[in-house]
Amino acid sequence: MFRFLLRRIALIIPTFIGVTFLSFVLIHLVPGDPIEVRFGERGIKPERLAELRHAAGLDRPLWEQFLAYENQVAHFNLGESVTTHNPVWQEFLTLFPATVELSLCAILFAIIVGLPLGVIAAVKRGSPFDYGLMGLSVTGASMPIFWWGLMMILIFSVGLGWTPVSGRISDAFYIEPWTGFMLIDAWFSDDAGAVQSAFSHLILPTIVLGTIPLATVARMTRSSMLEVLGEDFIRTARAKGLSGFRVVVIHALRNALIPVVTVIGLQVGTLLGGAILTETIFSWPGVGHWLIESIQRRDYPVLQGGTLLVATLAIVVNLGVDLTYGVLNPRIRR
Amino acid sequence: MSASTDTAVAVPSALRLFWRSFAENRGAVVGLAIMLLLIVVAALADVTAPHSPIEQFRDHFLTPPSWSPGGTSAFLLGTDDVGRDIFARLIYGARLSLVIGLSVVALSLGAGTVLGLTTAFAGGIVDTVIMRLMDILLVFPSLLLAIVIVAILGPSLTNAMIAVAIVALPNYTRLARASALSEMSRDYVTASRSAGASTLRLMFSAVLPNCTAPLIVQASLGFSSAILDAAALGFLGLGAQPPTPEWGTMLAGALQYYQRAWWVLTFPGVSILVTVLAFNLFGDGLRDALDPKLKR
Amino acid sequence: MKKSIVAAACAVALGLTLGAAATAQAKTLVYCSEGSPENFNPMINTTGTTFDANRPIYNRLLEFKLGTTEVGPGLAESWEISPDAKVFTFHLRKNANWHSSKTFKPSRPANADDVIFSFERQWKDTNPYHKVSGGGYDYFGDMDMPALLQSIEKVDDYTVKITLKEPNTPFLADLAMDFASIQSKEYADALLKSGHPEQIDQEPIGTGPFEFVAYQKDTSIRFKKFDGYWGPKAKIDTLVFAITKDPAVRLAKLNAGECQMAPYPTPADLPSIKANAKLQLLSQSGLNIGYLAFNNLKKPFDDVRVRRALSMAIDKKAILEAVYQGAGQPAKNLIPPTLWGYNNSVVDYPYDPAAAKKLLAEAGLPDGFETDLWAMPVQRPYNPDAKRIGELMQADLAKIGVKAKIVSYEWGEYRKRAQNAEGQMVQLGWTGDNGDPDNFFVPLAGCNSEGKPAGNNIAKWCNKEFQDAVNKAATLPNQADRAKLYEQAQAIMHDQAPFYFIAHSVVYLPMAKNVSGFKMSPLGDHRFDEVDVQ
Repeated sequence: MFRFLLRRIALIIPTFIGVTFLSFVLIHLVPGDPIEVRFGERGIKPERLAELRHAAGLDRPLWEQFLAYENQVAHFNLGESVTTHNPVWQEFLTLFPATVELSLCAILFAIIVGLPLGVIAAVKRGSPFDYGLMGLSVTGASMPIFWWGLMMILIFSVGLGWTPVSGRISDAFYIEPWTGFMLIDAWFSDDAGAVQSAFSHLILPTIVLGTIPLATVARMTRSSMLEVLGEDFIRTARAKGLSGFRVVVIHALRNALIPVVTVIGLQVGTLLGGAILTETIFSWPGVGHWLIESIQRRDYPVLQGGTLLVATLAIVVNLGVDLTYGVLNPRIRR
Repeated sequence: MSASTDTAVAVPSALRLFWRSFAENRGAVVGLAIMLLLIVVAALADVTAPHSPIEQFRDHFLTPPSWSPGGTSAFLLGTDDVGRDIFARLIYGARLSLVIGLSVVALSLGAGTVLGLTTAFAGGIVDTVIMRLMDILLVFPSLLLAIVIVAILGPSLTNAMIAVAIVALPNYTRLARASALSEMSRDYVTASRSAGASTLRLMFSAVLPNCTAPLIVQASLGFSSAILDAAALGFLGLGAQPPTPEWGTMLAGALQYYQRAWWVLTFPGVSILVTVLAFNLFGDGLRDALDPKLKR
Repeated sequence: MKKSIVAAACAVALGLTLGAAATAQAKTLVYCSEGSPENFNPMINTTGTTFDANRPIYNRLLEFKLGTTEVGPGLAESWEISPDAKVFTFHLRKNANWHSSKTFKPSRPANADDVIFSFERQWKDTNPYHKVSGGGYDYFGDMDMPALLQSIEKVDDYTVKITLKEPNTPFLADLAMDFASIQSKEYADALLKSGHPEQIDQEPIGTGPFEFVAYQKDTSIRFKKFDGYWGPKAKIDTLVFAITKDPAVRLAKLNAGECQMAPYPTPADLPSIKANAKLQLLSQSGLNIGYLAFNNLKKPFDDVRVRRALSMAIDKKAILEAVYQGAGQPAKNLIPPTLWGYNNSVVDYPYDPAAAKKLLAEAGLPDGFETDLWAMPVQRPYNPDAKRIGELMQADLAKIGVKAKIVSYEWGEYRKRAQNAEGQMVQLGWTGDNGDPDNFFVPLAGCNSEGKPAGNNIAKWCNKEFQDAVNKAATLPNQADRAKLYEQAQAIMHDQAPFYFIAHSVVYLPMAKNVSGFKMSPLGDHRFDEVDVQ
């Protein structure tokens, strides 16, 4: 087990270096200049531009910039934003909780709604409910979520006025960020209605980001349940005279959950891609929104650091999934 | 589950067997029907579209759909902000979407298969380097990677397709490599190798035909994600450029009118949804029929 | 862990006491701003977005009177100009208190030291703050301050004397511009001691009507009313900038009551805003110009007949209708009619394709020619959609045989290439900074004494007669005399047609019905000094 762990971790190092290299090269290939893009009609004098480029280290040869960057990264320093001059780390840490909050809510939504639906569909296999649910689930999985988000805003926020249009909380409240999780911070603030406001701002983004995971979870639960329900021990349990509900929930569901949990784990990666679009549509101040904005600003350090952190996160999640498999299934530990 | 127990009929042809198993899935048939309809409409766009997709009717800015008050029968689904017929644009957009799906899948399937087979056969350092590279590509959030690639190449439909194809590449490579590896351990490969078949011959005429099923399934599902991703890029202003009637680009252009004219936002989105849905249903059916092992 | 619980408990306790103390009706105004500021220092930055975010905080020696381009007292109560227009003496008010923050408590009101510090920070590289926050003082340079300033002296604590190297009347207007904002020397010194000088531009301390509270990047900026303000106190308690980049989302938030003001609507939304009983729509002719520059260095645009012919070939009315949709007025001069010195007797070239074709034939080009036509990739205040304007021009030009290809680059690249005279016909424009005509003529059409065009002179047009008039106007103290010279300059410019003037845009500001006291500024800035909500 220990050797397996070491091997997996050793494999990460070249991936990690590759990721830093690729993100650096790709981002520096993007045409445009982080300094010039900031100026309006009056532009900037060539001498001044040269001076600023020099200060930001942009005039050095690319390989030199890359080595300097690698050296920084090795010291856990991701540099500072060209536009705000704040450390990239600091910006990431203030925005990351917003993304986590939204993603967690989306996953929870998918599980809370998707799991029971999947179970019911499996139990009522072949019924109109089953067909309807499966139809909806393929539709959900096919959803262009950027459009879906806009339609939701158009209907529920603009049309009916039930939910707010964008942001994390009404601007009437000022919540000092402690944990960065708006729901928790709002809970601790003494403004009446802050929690309510934070919650109402979460509803639409959660539904939009949770749609695809919801579809996947419902489908997965259904097929996994079907498999389990056909097995001997369930028949035995029924034969023993246990009630249908007990059999389904206690015996079958417990056994059907393993593949479902795996699928949820795999969704984490896709969630981030969805978060980029969802955050853009709802002006949700998270990491995805931040990265899109910094592409427009040509903010190299933020883009590099941001992609690196996001990619690292993906590596860690993958490693976690791998290790869990390794623990569950010793045969994989080659 | 799909195994046919129909013994009375004489041995059916492979195709008929396949069809029977495919048709068992009603969703898949619906998907196929929609697909065929889309293909016909798109192919005959010049005949089916009531107007040119880029002709601007200067007296008809933002006309609502024909059944709403203020609509006219000349513009079934209304017009956009510069007076172009939305229905006509959707039809030409269908053509574009199919082209996008086809090119992306062809590109990533082709390159992925070659890369996958190469790694499987070459092994060693080649295998390690290529697969590591694929791992690295997979680690980036796919949309972000696509955005950066388009930003480098410059926003255009072709470049968006290239970006989407690159992003999809690792999946095909991995799949091709895995199926090739499992095929290579079979006896027939060992046999033809000892009979002196060249590596290239082995790769493409012995191993490849036997790994097509999972690749076809992946390709049919990849079709829908290619359309979705290209539309997302278009929506972010990085895909096809106006006046090209690409659906995602149409949505991006509609954004500033969405409170005033719901139709400019609704119809392109519905078109994307229906098309992607059709390909997904079809892909699911194909998977069940071709490769019962993968069935879930 | 334990620490954070304690902190949380303390904060809750604090919150409770604060909550109890707060009066029942705290007025909050939310302004859906269009973008994020780069930081909180108007000396370093050049964008209107950043200036708007800084204006609640800082004061200048002189201020533009609300809603005008007229210069009035600011931190300086009064001032004198020497007869030769070279020495300016400013008498500062004694009650301009500084804001305070968690880390800084001011010991004195603003005085001459602060004024000198704020100018020297930009002017002298010996100032310890000169390099802080990336330290580029672009406006300071663009306004020619380094060449203009002879000395800035403290006469006493509340009197400052500025001496110029040569007489310059537009100088007074420059002092009311954002780059001339005054920062606290006391705060600067304290930060220098603590080793965090860059905080001066991130947690700003000013003398303005609002104190800075917090900034969350790309999300919001919060200000609160400053009770110690020297002028009329703000009428709202809290001012929030909710950063919302998308105009459609801004409007949706305004409709939903999530903000009370949403600037820069798209022209397409204007009818629905006007029809909405819950909203009011302010408008103001913008102090700007959108134009198409003919590159005078390239053939055939060096021939005035060609420039005139093209000016007659483009249908301005169609552009105004299709693209500006009522949010613009046709332009015939470089400066907008709201500016003094505007020459209204200039008669614009008529739209006359037949005459244009004839003139082109006279210039030896009966069959037209091929050229490029540049269109900005981004929306600008003076030009809502350069690509569509390009398409319309392209169609018009084709009628006289001129085949134009529409060209565009990424914005930074576009500007650079245009300044390097790479294009033939280039769309661009300008927004005025200080309400002085000099601020249009010199940067956009000026040339130096050797006949080299200014960087932003995209037409690369140098005309001695024009230049003499403009140069002379800058040295005269009397506005009426200056206006005469500027009118002359406009007549010359019309005759030579180095630009095709498209439009001066009209700037709209939709806001909720219950907002009052806001005056739109011809300079395009947003000030909340007297705004109130019911």
